[in-house]
Amino acid sequence: MSEGRAADVIVIGAGIVGAYCAHALARRGLDVQVLDAGLPGATAAGMGHLLVLDDNPAELALSEYSLQRWRDLAPELPEGCAYRSNGTLWLAENPEELAVAEAKHAVLSARGLACEMLGAQALRETEPELRDDLLGALKVTGDGIIYAPNTARWLLESDPARIRRQRAEVVEIDGNRVRLADGTWLAAQAVLLANGVQAGTLCPELPIVPKKGHLLITDRYPGKVRHTLVELGYVTSAHNATGPSAACNIQPRPTGQLFIGASRQFDSVDPAVEGWMLAKMLGRALHYMPGLGDLNAIRSWTGFRAASPDGLPLVGEHPQRAGVWLAVGHEGLGVTTAPGTADLLVAQLLGETSPLAPQDYSPQRFFGDTAHA
Amino acid sequence: MPELLLDGRPLRVADGTSVAAALALGGDGCARTSVSGQRRAPLCGMGICQECRVSIDGVRRLACQTLCRDGMRVETRP
Repeated sequence: MSEGRAADVIVIGAGIVGAYCAHALARRGLDVQVLDAGLPGATAAGMGHLLVLDDNPAELALSEYSLQRWRDLAPELPEGCAYRSNGTLWLAENPEELAVAEAKHAVLSARGLACEMLGAQALRETEPELRDDLLGALKVTGDGIIYAPNTARWLLESDPARIRRQRAEVVEIDGNRVRLADGTWLAAQAVLLANGVQAGTLCPELPIVPKKGHLLITDRYPGKVRHTLVELGYVTSAHNATGPSAACNIQPRPTGQLFIGASRQFDSVDPAVEGWMLAKMLGRALHYMPGLGDLNAIRSWTGFRAASPDGLPLVGEHPQRAGVWLAVGHEGLGVTTAPGTADLLVAQLLGETSPLAPQDYSPQRFFGDTAHA
Repeated sequence: MPELLLDGRPLRVADGTSVAAALALGGDGCARTSVSGQRRAPLCGMGICQECRVSIDGVRRLACQTLCRDGMRVETRP
């Protein structure tokens, strides 16, 4: 194709965010061309933990809204998407963490989200594999898990008449036109950047940095763990640290396998598994689940989260490039917040009222006069 | 000459035989059944690919990295 209109919207990136946006745009009757270069990102590497996070009101609003949208979609999802509403347990090891759990419980309860505090005894009965001296846990009932690569594929295949997919690397964006590696130019009414850590390559002005993460999967041990088990130190050690950090995050897969995470590194774009980081991460998991050492690990790998300076995604029109729209910077929450992101994006693109306050996620916040204040 | 039980059947093998070799000698060559119901067999033979995970005396081991011992119980079916 020489230059011509490829579709109503060109979506760059076929991860969970790009796929959900393409799906939502197609449902509104728009023709979508999805371009993906097959470069490593977050969707194919992540755990697919669907969870409500409440670090700030905007994050809570987006994750809460999105979780409900996943629950609404659940009956349509094929088994390959491995959706389960198995709940998260936030583990409290000391009085400080217990206080954090109780504060979180108050915030979520006030919004009508299903959650409950488990005491030490109730926690031991719920998850007997955990060490027996934990003080308790906050159980968030509506959280879940999903296999994001299959779900992204299913979303992209949901409307073959309106969603076309192409394996291609975009090397340049010029407003509503993109140039592919083979020199072809494609144009559309709008170009949506949904390519995670790769976004900075095409738009260097975006404040997106990679956060490397390690993940490991075990052999099958059905029934050993039921909920996704996350240490409350995750809130302090993993999210707020600037150096390499690790936190216990154990997730049971429908196969009986266990995902073991999670690590964060800011200084690396090397996809290699690093022994010292893996050891640190497994050390955290072992600390909470002593029997883990007797299980077999099968594989470990890495991925890259696309992190923004304030931890919230950039969803909306690019303030400096007419015709370019953004859905990037979701860090570790892109699978959870893909539905909310898509609804925010579609509402703004079509000039409709958004179900969430768009200014909280507006890219403008990094480009205004006060951006460097 | 160790004698092991492979899926409940006795099998005598030469000293130094790996469990992976015993699977080929005395069974269908496979170590386990996958989530989707397929039989899976040893592939790399050097402890990397994890395909030959098998239950030995109740514990998951790699067949290619384990030598047969007298009285060992090897189970390839759930």
